[in-house]
Amino acid sequence: MRGERIRERSMVPRAEPQSYYGQPVLKEPVWTPEIPFYFYTGGLGGSSAMLALVAELRGNSKLARRAWLVALGGVTASPALLISDLGKPSRFLNMLRMFKVTSPMSVGSWILSGSGAFTAIAVGSEFTGLYPALGRAAKVNAALLGLPLATYTAGLVSNTSVPVWHNARFTLPIVFAGSSAASSGAAAAALTPLRHAGPARRLAVGGAVTSVAAALTMEKTLGEIGEPYSRGVSGKLTRLAGGLSLAGAALMAARGGSSRGAAIAAGAVITAGVITERWAVFRAGFQSANDPKYTVGPQRARIERGETRGAARRAQAGA
Amino acid sequence: MPSHKLLELETHSWPGSYGDSAEPRMGFFTDTSICIGCKACEVACKEWNHVPDSLQGFSGKSYDNTTALGANDWRHVAFIEQRKPLGAEAAAEDLVQAAERASATDGWGLQTYQDGEGVRWLMASDVCKHCTSAACLDVCPTGALFRTEFGTVVVQEDICNGCGYCVPACPFGVIDKREDDGRVWKCTLCYDRLREDMEPACAQACPTNSIQFGELGELRERAEKRLEQMAAAGQTEARLYGADSEDGVDGFGAFFLLLDEPEVYGLPPDPVVTTRNVGQVWAGVFAGAAALGAGIAAAFIGGRK
Ligand code: SF4
Ligand code: SF4
Ligand code: SF4
Repeated sequence: MRGERIRERSMVPRAEPQSYYGQPVLKEPVWTPEIPFYFYTGGLGGSSAMLALVAELRGNSKLARRAWLVALGGVTASPALLISDLGKPSRFLNMLRMFKVTSPMSVGSWILSGSGAFTAIAVGSEFTGLYPALGRAAKVNAALLGLPLATYTAGLVSNTSVPVWHNARFTLPIVFAGSSAASSGAAAAALTPLRHAGPARRLAVGGAVTSVAAALTMEKTLGEIGEPYSRGVSGKLTRLAGGLSLAGAALMAARGGSSRGAAIAAGAVITAGVITERWAVFRAGFQSANDPKYTVGPQRARIERGETRGAARRAQAGA
Repeated sequence: MPSHKLLELETHSWPGSYGDSAEPRMGFFTDTSICIGCKACEVACKEWNHVPDSLQGFSGKSYDNTTALGANDWRHVAFIEQRKPLGAEAAAEDLVQAAERASATDGWGLQTYQDGEGVRWLMASDVCKHCTSAACLDVCPTGALFRTEFGTVVVQEDICNGCGYCVPACPFGVIDKREDDGRVWKCTLCYDRLREDMEPACAQACPTNSIQFGELGELRERAEKRLEQMAAAGQTEARLYGADSEDGVDGFGAFFLLLDEPEVYGLPPDPVVTTRNVGQVWAGVFAGAAALGAGIAAAFIGGRK
């Protein structure tokens, strides 16, 4: 039977999935270079707010005050970067027309707006001494919203059809949690006198190591889909990010507690490392979307394993 | 009002949110086996919808110089040249079958896509699938993308803020940003014409009826018959793509009859709406947030302060 012959033939594993002249199935993201920097500033602002709150609760006000200022810097830079991506300020307001849980960008816009407002109130109250009760409430809210502010961006990119992002929906938030911790720790360690900066240094080192380890785990669990992290631009950025983060962490751990200069240098290297990490993730999405094999390969494999029939169906046999 | 198979065709907000003003769910059945690659559909779409031109020049990809769907190409005719002997005659086991198939090709125009000398030409006019579960619509933070009373998926250009989320969300790479105005554009299934009881421009222009417009339920029945006819004529490679409610996007509003695997036409073989996993996405986000909180707390343990 002819039909059977064809089926047999298509069972032979193909080296490369079929495609239309090698063209992508997906559209690559249209996001501008502001976006990976926003991943960084959002993580920095969100994580710094929680760092500040915990420092304050522990009676370390030198660290707390500096972390609050860093948090304010992060949540102020974030909407500026987003507006620059969108083209004009009024376009950001359209984000707040609704609240949609199927859209992490929608939920994230509310988180960012809330974080921004609470952090501004918290910092205002902290540095003027006005409205202390309101200030305390704002601090708690800013810190609590800061945590998802740091990780929702991982969910945002995971909630697309881009395989290298979508299939990392459990691992990428850990990468982002690690790099956010590292960013806030690095900034606070550089700005705070040595004697008060212990927790910031530990956060910087722990965050940097976590981010590198989580990125490796992510790449491993992605299997073939994770290939962009070892190829092309994203591959280079991934290796650079790992090197910078670990070198910065080593310097911070070895000398950050005894020399302010070393703490500043280590903070700068870690910051460069985590920004590079955000860029590696961003570029990996483009590489993943642009090669049809990452889209077609796993889908075809699902069909061949019999997990799904896929979207195409032939006539019933013998019909 | 939508009749029989209503439940199967139902989407998240159609017909529910429209109440009495819901119209039947409308769609396309694009039967690529009778497409002749004339591109009248592409041209008619551009003309009616004032879509800016998008001259790509010579692409080197057979007669395709549109190359892909995009902000300025809402219909795209793909051309595939296959160097394999797959005409009805080459496939026939014996002369009797060959004769039967030859008469079938005469009867139903199966011949349109093939050429001599062992080359098979496939042509297919691609378009937005108007998915039952549409990722573009689900992820849109502004509500610019919405479900119409006809069950189709349309962008409201006055609300779109160009955030671009829908672009990598679409599992088919349909919707895209127009560079000069920063907003996204795609097929509207001629929403304006539907409201005037007119059929979409591409369907009206198509000379072979490769593009068939109508109530989705009826189109599915028609497609089923066509598939069986073709199978009976020995065209076992024919397949329906997106005609069932059980696929990863719960069925297409614009579905196809193809003559090879979807990926050969640049279509994903098993598209899944990304928001099917949105619960896992949020679980990941909150696990990450909790880990971050725990890490910050841990940084204060063991130190002096
Ligand atoms: S094909 Fe893409 S653009 Fe069209 S409705 Fe489906 S998800 Fe949206
Ligand atoms: S680009 Fe426009 S249509 Fe697409 S998700 Fe953003 S607001 Fe919605
Ligand atoms: S779908 Fe119809 S109008 Fe479009 S290229 Fe094919 S035959 Fe021509």
